[in-house]
Amino acid sequence: MFPAAFDYIAPASLDEVLDLMSKHGDDAKVLAGGQSLIPLLKLRFATPVVLVDIGNIDGLEGIRRENGHVRIGARTRHRDVESDTDLRGTLDVLLDAAPLISDPLIRNMGTVGGSLCHADPAGDWGAVMLAVGAEFVLRSSAGERVVPADGFFEGPFTTGLRADEVMTEIRVPVTTGRSGGTYLKLERKVGDFASVATAVHVVLDDDGRVASAGIGLCAVGSHSIKANAAEAALVGQTPSDDVISGVARMAADAAEPKADIRGSAEYKRDVARVFVQRGLRTAVNRAQGASA
Amino acid sequence: MKVNFEINGVAKTVDVEPRTLVVDLIRTKLGMTGTHIGCDTSNCGACTVLLDGRPVKSCTVLAPMLEGKKVTTVEGLAKGGKLDAIQEGFHAEHGLQCGFCTPGMMLVGKALIEANPHPTEDEIRWGISGNICRCTGYMNIVKAIQHAAAAKSEAAGVA
Repeated sequence: MFPAAFDYIAPASLDEVLDLMSKHGDDAKVLAGGQSLIPLLKLRFATPVVLVDIGNIDGLEGIRRENGHVRIGARTRHRDVESDTDLRGTLDVLLDAAPLISDPLIRNMGTVGGSLCHADPAGDWGAVMLAVGAEFVLRSSAGERVVPADGFFEGPFTTGLRADEVMTEIRVPVTTGRSGGTYLKLERKVGDFASVATAVHVVLDDDGRVASAGIGLCAVGSHSIKANAAEAALVGQTPSDDVISGVARMAADAAEPKADIRGSAEYKRDVARVFVQRGLRTAVNRAQGASA
Repeated sequence: MKVNFEINGVAKTVDVEPRTLVVDLIRTKLGMTGTHIGCDTSNCGACTVLLDGRPVKSCTVLAPMLEGKKVTTVEGLAKGGKLDAIQEGFHAEHGLQCGFCTPGMMLVGKALIEANPHPTEDEIRWGISGNICRCTGYMNIVKAIQHAAAAKSEAAGVA
């Protein structure tokens, strides 16, 4: 298989990228690691006129800590998140999710921003970014806007990213309290897309109550889902097993799974419940063990 | 368009259509058929090459993305008629049956050992999890990579 013909441009500056995107709009696609886009090109599900490779743009790669945020350059590879062990203790869920994305070779090329903008309903980063309350920095030649992950995912492969915009950074808030999280993923075989996956992130206050909670669901709807009602029900509570079980049921209610070769809708909803329950227990244990 | 890159230590300039996949560039344009096409859907890893030292699936990389980069294929493993440690390992442990996945497995194994000179069995199995051996000969592939790691450590005097 090979893609339909396209013009390929690898600009040296972000301004040039943004000019091209504003000029070509829907006819252009941004190429980052290509691990989702190139398969689409080969299948000719995507037939852009112009491919704009952002591989030469400085400053889009790497993980920095600044102003209470972990700032992940949009072109940061999955493997670079996987190997950033400093995330342990503050953003466990990122470090647990990264090695479960596809396989090691894909993680050497694929990028966090690329995955988020591709917005596969079974993409792992969407649920993670919803759980940690991330914000996305979107640039266009008209300027920059910062949008919350919550609301960014609109449908299968559909986001709030406009045709003239490029994601440049993912900002994840780092809280000062004790926090913990994890990512649990059911896959038919190693390296597969999720049958179901769940991302959780909790912060405890000085009294051991939940100060904030994030729950993201993967592959159980037309896009990554934030379990808002379940999160709200957990905040302010002492996270006992009973409380966690109840919250997990609420999170499963937020899922909108469809039956397919990976399982029935009922099965997937129940896996979501069990994973949120297990995940929250792990997250709370980690937070309890963490020093502020 | 022109693309400049290095393959197995040799600088190349090729004139290709931008839509050319790296695996096709290597096999068809450069005539090096050690890099295989298996699934052509980034699942199987038969097309694995090293890009700046890291294994990637060359069926899912576009030729222009090679600009300024270094590629290693299975043809680049042996140096001066002497097999690389990873090739010795696959030979000694009979790490292949039909041989179709072998170039990819060896390149992944080589990169793994360079990043982690003393991998555990578990780390090796995770490391090759993007490469499929349809003969299911994984036991000997793991042994072959262990053999190569041990030989390299011994050669470095740290075994």
